[in-house]
Amino acid sequence: MIHRSSFLFPAPVYIAGGAAVVGPKEGEGPLKEYFDKIYPSIQSAEESWEKTEIAMQRDAVNLLLKKTRSEDRRVDLLLGGDLINQLTITNFAAGERDIPFLGLYNACATMAEGILLGASLINAGYIGSSVVVVSSHNATSERQFRYPTELGIQRPSWSQWTVTAAGALLLSSALSKIRVRGCTVGRVVDYGVKDANDMGAAMAPAAADTILRHLSFRGQSSDDYDLILSGDLGSRGLDLLKTLLRKEEILADERFQDSGRWMYFPKQDVFSGGSGAGCSASVWSSYLLNCFREKKYRRVLLIGTGALLSTISVGQGNTIPSIAHAVELERV
Amino acid sequence: MGDPLRDSMRASLEEARKKEYAALIEETKAPPPVLKNMVMAFLVGGLICLIAQILYALLVGTNLNDKDAITVVLLFLIFCGSVLTGLGVYDKIGKVAGAGSVVPISGFANSVVAPALEWKTEGLIAGLCAKLFSLAGPVIVFGVTGSVILGLIKYLWLLWTGGVP
Repeated sequence: MIHRSSFLFPAPVYIAGGAAVVGPKEGEGPLKEYFDKIYPSIQSAEESWEKTEIAMQRDAVNLLLKKTRSEDRRVDLLLGGDLINQLTITNFAAGERDIPFLGLYNACATMAEGILLGASLINAGYIGSSVVVVSSHNATSERQFRYPTELGIQRPSWSQWTVTAAGALLLSSALSKIRVRGCTVGRVVDYGVKDANDMGAAMAPAAADTILRHLSFRGQSSDDYDLILSGDLGSRGLDLLKTLLRKEEILADERFQDSGRWMYFPKQDVFSGGSGAGCSASVWSSYLLNCFREKKYRRVLLIGTGALLSTISVGQGNTIPSIAHAVELERV
Repeated sequence: MGDPLRDSMRASLEEARKKEYAALIEETKAPPPVLKNMVMAFLVGGLICLIAQILYALLVGTNLNDKDAITVVLLFLIFCGSVLTGLGVYDKIGKVAGAGSVVPISGFANSVVAPALEWKTEGLIAGLCAKLFSLAGPVIVFGVTGSVILGLIKYLWLLWTGGVP
């Protein structure tokens, strides 16, 4: 088997730090003490939800630079993305900074895509450091992808709750505790799911494909990792992923976890779990880094999962193409 | 690539895998709580109708005629639906009641006010006014088309049976 676009970085690339800013609902969840800032409302002091999301990205990067004792001029590259048409949020947030910028869209897999690209450029020696910032906002997403937030309708139990959060990571060639060991670039997988509420089911085959490819590339099995953490499959997507992997004789046990399921308590009425680009971004740049610092994990495989749907594709009755990227982290 | 037999085998394998997955996602979907939803829709929808009926009875007792009383009741329900949407309550009722709060005219008001609130940030004309009927539009289209067709059928029927059109 030829391993295309799976790589191990020979040159060291590290995650120097992270910062996460979340909305009020996320701030009531199990991870609240790990977030750097909790907004009291989904629209705080700004005249629109979109401007609030821009403010969250701004805060996340400011806090990250403060925590890592860095500043705009010392960062070589800003990689960022969100879910709103033409990357509206990130473009405005990046416009406030003095850092060369690349905008990314891989839906909810954007954080994984950003780490993958930033680490590759650092490994190649083109840049020394990169900030990756990714966000989503429940209300900006709902009104773009689905219905107005005040519309009184019922949602199915398999739907997910778009996370209001921004997460930022600083990648650097300078020695620190968490090393980005390698990556696998995902391919678009489409198993024909059409229900825009059932994103966990749409993304699970893409996650399975990327995990199988990464394990095969590394010649490893799933128990070589302490944690295999998907971005936002939710309970339903995670169960489906495990079912798919077991068919391929992969040991799919408690090591498999999902960031969207970590984000909320079940009683918070989020159906299958959290979703959105900010979900993996904020969980990875706060709680996960803390787990590394506390030496809870040594080797972790992150699987950023993205449902690449749009209002046009859903309106025209198309299936949901999905993607998953793998990022392998190791405590040094 | 290049070997048609292998390509067709791969395609049929892929097809079988997709079919298998489609079956898997259907059987793992937790069925919606139909009975609970029906009971809640009945209770909340019934309550809205009961309030309307009481108001109607009170109004008919005054010097309003039947037709005017109905109009006032409808206006009251539209007003309540709009205010509750603005206060952020109607979506919470809708989550529990489902069709019970969608079907009455207060639900129609909700479907007009919700996008209006949401799009006011894009300006009065291009935002609020343009998006006002983004959800309610189809209801109006079907309502108008339906009444035209029914009116035509009635007209032809009366013409045929010799009644007065």
